[in-house]
Amino acid sequence: MGLFLVRTLFYTFIPPLKFARFLKQIRFIGFQSTIVILLTGGFSGMVLGFQGFYSLSRFGSDAFLGPMVGLALIKELGPVITALMVTGRAGSAIAAEIGIMRISEQIDALELMGLNPYRYLVVPNFLAAIICLPLLTAIFDVVGIFGGFLIGGKLLGVGAGTYFGEMANYVEMRDIMEGVYKSLSFGIIIVWVSCFKGYYTGIFTGFGAEGVSSATTQAVVLSSVLILVWDYFMTSLLF
Amino acid sequence: MIEIEGLHKSFDGNEVLSGVSLAINKGEVVALIGGSGCGKSVLVKHVVGLMKPDRGRVIVDGREISTLNSRGLRELRARLGFLFQGGALFDSMTVFENVVFPLKEKTKLSDELIRTRAFKELELVGLSGSEHKYPSQISGGMVKRAALARALVMDPEIMVFDEPTTGLDPVIGLAILRLIDACHRRLSFTGLIVTHEIPKVFSIVDRVAMLHKGIIWAEGSPQEFVSSKDSVVREFVGEGTEGSFIR
Repeated sequence: MGLFLVRTLFYTFIPPLKFARFLKQIRFIGFQSTIVILLTGGFSGMVLGFQGFYSLSRFGSDAFLGPMVGLALIKELGPVITALMVTGRAGSAIAAEIGIMRISEQIDALELMGLNPYRYLVVPNFLAAIICLPLLTAIFDVVGIFGGFLIGGKLLGVGAGTYFGEMANYVEMRDIMEGVYKSLSFGIIIVWVSCFKGYYTGIFTGFGAEGVSSATTQAVVLSSVLILVWDYFMTSLLF
Repeated sequence: MIEIEGLHKSFDGNEVLSGVSLAINKGEVVALIGGSGCGKSVLVKHVVGLMKPDRGRVIVDGREISTLNSRGLRELRARLGFLFQGGALFDSMTVFENVVFPLKEKTKLSDELIRTRAFKELELVGLSGSEHKYPSQISGGMVKRAALARALVMDPEIMVFDEPTTGLDPVIGLAILRLIDACHRRLSFTGLIVTHEIPKVFSIVDRVAMLHKGIIWAEGSPQEFVSSKDSVVREFVGEGTEGSFIR
């Protein structure tokens, strides 16, 4: 897997880039994930609004609901939930598509045309994920913050000035950058694992439809676990 | 043009190729026959560099395949066409997009010239009118013909056909073999055809090689094969094939 990542990085920085496929993957990984991210972001923020208000009001600190929701989303929940959603939606599809291409000899056909499969199948996904994950995470964060305000502000009576004012006081640029670094690295993990599992269908999994199914499952499970494990290490480093 | 010398290949301790040696001259078409699972596809995958031998070597046009770096391999493959058993068409592209794909990626021809060449190639394989269909929307025979058009559109010097008629009815199978013969006459490529289509394939090849027990068991002209006294060859080729080939 390490060698696969090294090759991917190598071909990412060595032109030419297959631009049409890169745009297609931006659309697939980014644009087509937006609805899922809007929904999950909104409801995550609303849950945080309820839970945060409930916990903070016990200590008479409900004025800090804004910073609590903002920090939880920007530093942690935004990057992690976005990455898990993209893994389920796009990572599984990437693994299945490449896996089917492997078992139907389409990857061999690319090689025999003297073309590099990494450039066509891996690099466009890799770059698209690196660009899309931080943007999707930002959307998740913003919608989540407004979701939290909808509950905390409109339903439970925390003022808009208090909610957003305290958030602006307590959320710093380094908190935002922590979320950006995490989402970038999660994007790399998703594409790395999904492309690897698809590319080596039949070698590390069974053959045929069962092999593709197995590769897809492994891609989702391994990506999800790696995202959570890597999240812990990044949080420790950036704490 | 293609020299295979003492090729050995094992999978999990099971030796599939046990010292295969075969030479194919420039412009010659050779049929590789043998029982199912005897290693024919493994052998052709060595010829095109998709597999590396445990021992022995494959030399194509004076260059040993297993020693080539990725650039050398790409250069060699640019001169080579391969017809996969299942066609291996890109299923997210139409027939037309499949045929123009290598031209777009490997040449600097204008879009107009690429379209002209692709349409001409599709016409030659009898697929005019099916250009905008996806591989899942056409029959097995049409998939093979589209794959043949894709392989031939780059005017390859070497063509490898991996069971081009498997899974097709006898009429379509014969049509594919005739198409291969017509393409060979037009392009004069060096060809290797892996097939079970005996004796029909004898009509379009110069020589026949039989893979059996991991080695080239017998080799000769189609006439020599048909009149062979070797019991293994006779069992495989079958009785009563004499005089049933054209060339």
